Amino acid sequence: MARILGGICTSHIPAIGAAIARGTQEDPYWKPFFEAYPPVREWLRKVEPDIAVVVYNDHGLNFFLDNLPTFAIGAAPEYRNADEGWGLPTLAPYPGDPKFSWHVIESLIADEFDIATCQEMLVDHAFTVPLSLLWPERSKMRIKTLPIAVNTVQHPLPSPTRCYKLGQAVGRAIESYPDDLGVVLIATGGLSHQLDGERAGFINKKFDLMCLDKIVADPLALAKYSIHDLVEHAGTQGVELIMWLVMRGALTGKVAKVHSHYHIPVSNTAAGLVVLENAA
Amino acid sequence: MTAAIELRGDIPGTYIFDGALAMKGYALNKMCYSFNDAANRAAFLRDEDAYCAKFGLNAEQRDAIRRRDVLALIEAGGNVYYLAKFAGIFGLNVQDIGAQQTGMSVEAFKAKLKAAGD
Repeated sequence: MARILGGICTSHIPAIGAAIARGTQEDPYWKPFFEAYPPVREWLRKVEPDIAVVVYNDHGLNFFLDNLPTFAIGAAPEYRNADEGWGLPTLAPYPGDPKFSWHVIESLIADEFDIATCQEMLVDHAFTVPLSLLWPERSKMRIKTLPIAVNTVQHPLPSPTRCYKLGQAVGRAIESYPDDLGVVLIATGGLSHQLDGERAGFINKKFDLMCLDKIVADPLALAKYSIHDLVEHAGTQGVELIMWLVMRGALTGKVAKVHSHYHIPVSNTAAGLVVLENAA
Repeated sequence: MTAAIELRGDIPGTYIFDGALAMKGYALNKMCYSFNDAANRAAFLRDEDAYCAKFGLNAEQRDAIRRRDVLALIEAGGNVYYLAKFAGIFGLNVQDIGAQQTGMSVEAFKAKLKAAGD
């Protein structure tokens, strides 16, 4: 049976991808951010996952307002990125695992999560940037991927509680897969930031530090917030915390924190990172 | 209704992109979504009037595009994720548009972000 090895939550700011493309990770602006990632890569080398389930939000690359799913899942043999309008580098396609995808789809829908299925799906920076941070050398990246996209573009967004429950259903789906595979969940986005409106540039360190603490031992305390609460406390894009709750829901009750980091600012964002190992 | 409470627009300087704004901004956002494609960005730069007309922008949206005014684009129903692709045509990143929306210089805006970590 497939095993959930643990979960990683990380910010996914496009500027990180640009810094990687330019090779400026050692610059004074970037060093305090990038130096948080070697311990995560070390953990990944130790647990050796076969598949990464990547929970992220599409920023208007694959989905438009004509047809916007609240939750969508990839069922493709591979996933490609695109320049997103800013000239981001196009990367080698990320391998998928359609057999695993369809198992998760069937399990989720039997579990009353009626998720949209995508046999073609472009993945944006929210998917690619974390994978570039975790596997900087693509030639050494052996894992397959399964993207799960959560709508954060158009309100109403799914509630934090709903996202946590989706994560629990994803966890049940993974653990009922008959093949012996190690699975890691990667939740991308956050922490506090706001790109739009006169409140652009809003960051809330106190709230973020609370989230970094609660995601480990008391995720239900975070799931209790409303989307409106998250916009207020973490900014319009700080709602991306809901991806972290999907990841956390998939882990079993007891987790051990392997690593965490927090840094302000990366572009407009407070960057957060947590690595949790499934202890139960 | 719970939903109405959930989406109340009472956070200063903050716009909740809900169904009403999504309907209002549909044509504008559809145009900006098209900028995912480099050929469409080039077509916009070649003939901005024709490109906006093709997507049926209303006068408010057309004017805000002409002025490259992010706050006016948001009020005209623009969503920041699609607008970012419009800003990208001119090489503007989220700190540039943050500075524009807050009426600060880009340097002052960056300093404000850095100070949030103190």
